[in-house]
Amino acid sequence: MTKVSMTVNGKAASGEAEGRTLLSSFLREELGFTGTHVGCDTSQCGACVVHVNGVAVKSCTMLAVEAEGAEVATIEGQAAPDGTLNTIQQAFQDHHGLQCGFCTPGMVMSTAALLKENPKPSEQEIREYLEGNICRCTGYHNIVKAIMAASGQDVSALAAE
Amino acid sequence: MYSFDVEKPTSIAEAVAALGSDDEAQALGGGQTLIPTLKQRLASPSKLVSLSGIAEMQGISADGSVVSIGGATPHGVVASEVAQSYPALAALAGNIGDPAVRNRGTIGGSLANNDPAACYPAAALASGATIVTNAREIAADDYFDGLFTTALEEGEIVTQVRLPVPEAANYQKFVQPASRFALVGVFVAKFADGVRVAVTGASEEGVFRWAEAEAALSGNFSADALEGLTVAADGMMADIHGSKAYRAHLIAVLTKRAVAAAA
Amino acid sequence: MPKDSGIGASPKRREDVRFLTGTGNYTDDINLNGQAYVHFLRSDMAHARINSIDTAAASAMPGVVRIFTGADFEGVGGIPCGWQITDKHGEAMQEPAHPVLAQGKARYVGDAIAAVVADTAEQARDAAEAIELDMEELPAVIDMKAAVQEGATKVHDDLTSNLCYDWGFVEENKPAVEEAFANAAHVTTLELVNNRLIANPMEPRVAVGDFNRATGDSTLYTTSQNPHVIRLLMGAFVLGIPEHKLRVIAPDVGGGFGTKIFHYAEEAFCTFAAKALNRAVKWTSSRSEAFISDAHGRDHVSTIQLALDADNNFTALRTDTYANMGAYLSTFAPSVPTWLHGTLMAGNYKTPLIYVNVKAVFTNTVPVDAYRGAGRPEATYQLERVIDKAARELGVDPIALRRQNFITEFPYATPVAVEYDTGDYNATMDKLEEIADFAGFDARRAASEAKGKVRGLGVNCYIEACGIAPSNLVGQLGARAGLYESATVRVNATGGLVVMTGSHSHGQGHETSFPQVIAEMIGIDESMVEIVHGDTANTPMGMGTYGSRSLAVGGSAMVRATEKIITKAKKIAAHILEASDADIELKDGQFSVAGTDKSLAWGDVTLAAYVPHNYPLEDIEPGLEETAFYDPANFTYPSGAYACEVELDPETGKVSIERFAAADDFGNVVNPMIVEGQVHGGIGQGIGQALLEGAVYNEDGQLLSASYMDYAMPRADDLPFYQVDHSCQTPCTHNPLGVKGCGEAGAIGSPPAVVNAVVDALQSMGKDVTHVDMPLSPARVWSAMNE
Repeated sequence: MTKVSMTVNGKAASGEAEGRTLLSSFLREELGFTGTHVGCDTSQCGACVVHVNGVAVKSCTMLAVEAEGAEVATIEGQAAPDGTLNTIQQAFQDHHGLQCGFCTPGMVMSTAALLKENPKPSEQEIREYLEGNICRCTGYHNIVKAIMAASGQDVSALAAE
Repeated sequence: MYSFDVEKPTSIAEAVAALGSDDEAQALGGGQTLIPTLKQRLASPSKLVSLSGIAEMQGISADGSVVSIGGATPHGVVASEVAQSYPALAALAGNIGDPAVRNRGTIGGSLANNDPAACYPAAALASGATIVTNAREIAADDYFDGLFTTALEEGEIVTQVRLPVPEAANYQKFVQPASRFALVGVFVAKFADGVRVAVTGASEEGVFRWAEAEAALSGNFSADALEGLTVAADGMMADIHGSKAYRAHLIAVLTKRAVAAAA
Repeated sequence: MPKDSGIGASPKRREDVRFLTGTGNYTDDINLNGQAYVHFLRSDMAHARINSIDTAAASAMPGVVRIFTGADFEGVGGIPCGWQITDKHGEAMQEPAHPVLAQGKARYVGDAIAAVVADTAEQARDAAEAIELDMEELPAVIDMKAAVQEGATKVHDDLTSNLCYDWGFVEENKPAVEEAFANAAHVTTLELVNNRLIANPMEPRVAVGDFNRATGDSTLYTTSQNPHVIRLLMGAFVLGIPEHKLRVIAPDVGGGFGTKIFHYAEEAFCTFAAKALNRAVKWTSSRSEAFISDAHGRDHVSTIQLALDADNNFTALRTDTYANMGAYLSTFAPSVPTWLHGTLMAGNYKTPLIYVNVKAVFTNTVPVDAYRGAGRPEATYQLERVIDKAARELGVDPIALRRQNFITEFPYATPVAVEYDTGDYNATMDKLEEIADFAGFDARRAASEAKGKVRGLGVNCYIEACGIAPSNLVGQLGARAGLYESATVRVNATGGLVVMTGSHSHGQGHETSFPQVIAEMIGIDESMVEIVHGDTANTPMGMGTYGSRSLAVGGSAMVRATEKIITKAKKIAAHILEASDADIELKDGQFSVAGTDKSLAWGDVTLAAYVPHNYPLEDIEPGLEETAFYDPANFTYPSGAYACEVELDPETGKVSIERFAAADDFGNVVNPMIVEGQVHGGIGQGIGQALLEGAVYNEDGQLLSASYMDYAMPRADDLPFYQVDHSCQTPCTHNPLGVKGCGEAGAIGSPPAVVNAVVDALQSMGKDVTHVDMPLSPARVWSAMNE
C-alpha cells in the first residue's frame, strides 16, 4: 500500500492504494466518490469517465498511482456548490437524456470534454465522439439531442412532440 | 488483477534499468490494452514500469519529410498535431478506440503490443517507419513478427517512431462492430519511389504488405490499377465477425477506397 | 396546448437530479461495516463431472474467511422455477434441481462451483485460483436439435431427456389447421432464428447480504426489478427464512430489461453466507462474469407457415419452435416461449386457425429467460417476416396485405386464447405512412443509388399482450405466483402524500410519472407526492416491474388506493362542512359542497384526519392511509406500425439505419416524454438485435461473444434519430387509467422492420435473397449477397 494524493473536484484528497488499484476503485472505495461507475472490464462502456488533468480518461483503465498529484474532475463536481446543475446536466434533464442513470456520469463527463474541444458539434460528430460511452436505455436519441441543446443548438425540430 | 508494484521513472535510462532489474517486470504505456489484460488475469507481471512520466518520450516533431513521434505520445495528441504534417496518420490516430482511450493509449504501446487488429502497425509498415528503441533503430519491415510479436527484446522500449511522410496516403478502417478494432484496415502510402500497402486485422500472420497491390499501384496510382487483384482467403483470420473469404474481399475493397481517397 | 402538470404533461424527471450529480444509490455504492467479499469460482467447461474440490491450500491464503462448495448447501433448497408448463400430452414439464452451488456436475461455462469469501475482493479471487479442482470434462450439448436426438448426452442425468416440454397450442385446433393448409391457395414457409441475446443493463448485478444476530433478521441488497419476488422465492424455497425475518432492498437499479427479474444463486449465497459468517458479504459482478451468469434471452429456432386463400386472406398459421432453456430453468423461463409467445401469434390479423408447437430444450449453456419483450418479439418477428415473404411471393404490396387482414372489430377473441379489448391498426398504419414519409422513399432510394448504396424499406406491425397479468388466468396457465400489484397511499397531516408501490423503477421514471396521476386525481401539486419503492420493509407485497406492467397494474393499484383516500377524505370533509358525503366534490385540492360556496382545503381535511377534534370518530377511524391490491381483468394490448429505411453498402454488406419511424397505440399516456424515451430505448435494443447483437457458443460450449470486444452493443453512431408518435390512442377498457404499457413495444416492433428493409434492399439489387438471420452483420449480409 502506498499513499496516493490528488486533487478531486478542486479539493485535496488522499488515500491508500496498491499498485493494482484502479483509479475508479480508488475514487469509489477509498475516497467515496461513488458517482463514477464501472460497467465493463474491457474499457468500452465509459460509465467510469473522469477528467485527469483536463482530459477525459476511463478511470477503470488507469492505475490510481498514475494519478498521483493530478487534478481529477468527477461527476460530483459538475454542479454548482448550491446544487444548480451545469449546462450539460440541465440539458440532460430537460431532454430526458437519461433513464436508469448508470451511464450518465460518464456521458456527462464525455460531453464536457467534447464541448471543450468542439463547442458546436454536429449530430454526427456527437455520435462519433460517444463511441466510448454505451447507454442501454435511451437508444441515444435524447442524449444526442441533449448535447446539441447544451451546445446552444436549436433542437425543437427534432422529433417534435 | 494480480498484485504488482509500480515504478514511475522519469527518464528512459531509469525505465530501462527498472525493467532490467526484474525478469517479471513489464513496461506500461497508456495501459489501454495492458490493464484490461491484467484485469482478466492473463498476465502476471511483478512490476509495471510506467512510461507516461518520461518527458523525452513525449511529443512530436516534423521536418517535412519525416514525422518523429515520442513513444509515449497518446493517440489524441498525434491526431491533433500531425493533422498538417501527415493527415492520413492523424486521421488514423483520431479513429483508434474512443476519445478517452486516445487520451491514454500511446503509439509506442500499440507498436510494442502489435495486436493483429490494431491500426498503428498498418501506418508504420506502410510508411516504412523506423522504430526507435532505447537500444537501436529497427525498420518497420523487420519489426513486425506475427500476432502480438515484434523484434523487441525483453526490456526494450519503443522510445520514438519516425515515419517518412508519403506524397499521398490514406487509411481505410472497416470496424469490427463490437470491439471497434479493425476487422480489416488498409493503409496506402505513395512515395516518390513506389507505393506501400499495409494490411491489418486480416491475416493470421498479423500486419502485412500486399505486394501485388504495391506493384500494380507503383506503375499507376489509381483504383483502376487494382481491378481484378485479389488476396487469397487462405491465411486470413476467421471469427464470428467475418470469414477468411470476407476479410480477403474487404482487403481488395478497402485498398481501392484508400487509393481513391488518397489520389 | 400541452399540459404542464398532471396526466398528459411531461414534467422533468425528479430522479434525474441525483443521477446527474453522482448521488444515486446503486447497490455497489452500498458498503456495510466489516463486509467481506465473495468471488465465485466458475466452471470453464460446459459440462464436467466434479470429482473433487480441494480447498485446503486456498483456505490458507491471506484474508480468506471461508470457502463454500456445493456440500455446504446440502439441505438448502434449490433455485425455484416460477412457472410450470403442461405439455401437449398433459404432462408436467421436466424440472431439474438447480442448486446454489454446483453439486456433482457443472453444466455450463459460468456455473458456480465454489465461493470464496475473503476480506477483499482481490484476495477472494486470488484464493479461488488456488482451489484444486479435479474435473472430468464430459461431452457438451449446445445445439438444440442435436440435444433432443435419441442418445444425446443429457444435461441432467436424472431427467429422461433434454426435452423440458413439448407444448402444443391449441392442441385441439391442430387438425383444423392442417386441413386449412391442405386447402390453401398459397403457403409461405420461413425458417428463422431469433438470435440469442444478453440483456446487458449497464449496471452489472450486485448482491450484499447482511445478518443481524441480535434480531435474527437477514437483509439482502440486490439489483432487482422485484424485491418482493426475490424475498418470497429466496426465503420460502431456498433458505427457509420467513418473510418477516427477511428484508430485500433494491435501491437505484441501473437498468434491468428482464434479466434482473430472476432470483439468482448469488443472492441466495450472499444472504446465506452473511448468516453463516455473521458478517456482511458482498458480490459485485464484473461485466465478463455477467456474460456467463446473467440469464440470456431469446434463442429460438422456428419454422413458420402462413396459409392464404385465393383472395390473399390469411386462413391459417402454424409454427414450430425450438426454445433454448439453457442448463437450468431460470425463474420465468418456461413461460416465455409458451404463454408469452404462442398467445401472440395472431398478431394484428384475423387469422382464424393457429397452431403453435414449442419444444423447450436443455443445453449446456447459461439459463435463458425473459429479455425485453420476452416471447412477444419472437412471435412478432416470425409473423411479420412470414407476411413480408408472402407479399413478395404473391407480388402484392406488403402494407395492403396487412391491411386486408387486420382485425377491425373489438373486442376480438383470437384463436390463441386472448381477447383484445381495443385497437385500431389502420389508424397506426395511417399515422406511420405519414410520419415515415413513404411518399418520399423513391427519391431517397435514388439518392442512395447515386452514391453507390442500396436503400431498402421495411414495414411491420406488432401487438403485444402486457400489463401482466390476471392472476386467476396465469394460475391456470402454470404460474406459481399471482401477478397483481399493490400500493399504499399515506397522506400526512399537512397534506403531502407518500405512495409505497410494489412496482420498481430502474429507469422508467416512476418517481415522476406516478405523482402526476395522484396530482390529477386530487388536484394538488405533484411536488406534494413522493414515491417509495424497492424495499420490502416499507412497501406492500408487490410483484415488481416487467412485462410493461408498472402503470397498467401498479398505477391502477395506486389509483384504487387513492380512490379510497378520496372517499374517506370526503367523509371527513362532509362532517366538518356539515353536509352529506354524496354532496362533497373534490376539485383542485378543494372540497366543496355541491351548490354552495362552502369549501375546505385538502390540507384542512388531512390535518383533521390526524388531529381528529372535529371528526366523525363514531363512523371512521382517524388517519388517512389506504392500501389497494389491483389484479387486472385482462392483459393490455398495445399495438403499432413501424418502418425502417436502411442503406446497404453493396461492396461490404454493411447496413446503416437511415430512418426509423414508430406509430404506437399505448392507450392513454401519462407522461409523453417518458413514453417516447421508452420507445426510443426499445427501438435501440431492437435494432441492436437486428444488426449487431448475438451471443454465440462454439460446439464445446465456450461463449465466443463473452465481452464487449465480441458482443456488439449498439452505440450512438449505430443509430439514427427516431420518428415516434403515440397520438393514436384507443384506451384500455379494463383499467382505471386506460393505459396499455410502453416499455417493451420498441424492442418487439423493431427487429422485423429492419430485416424486412434489408431484404427489400437485397431484392432491389436483383438478389434472390428472401431471408437473412439476425444479427445482419456486414459479413452475413455480404455472404447472403454472394451465395
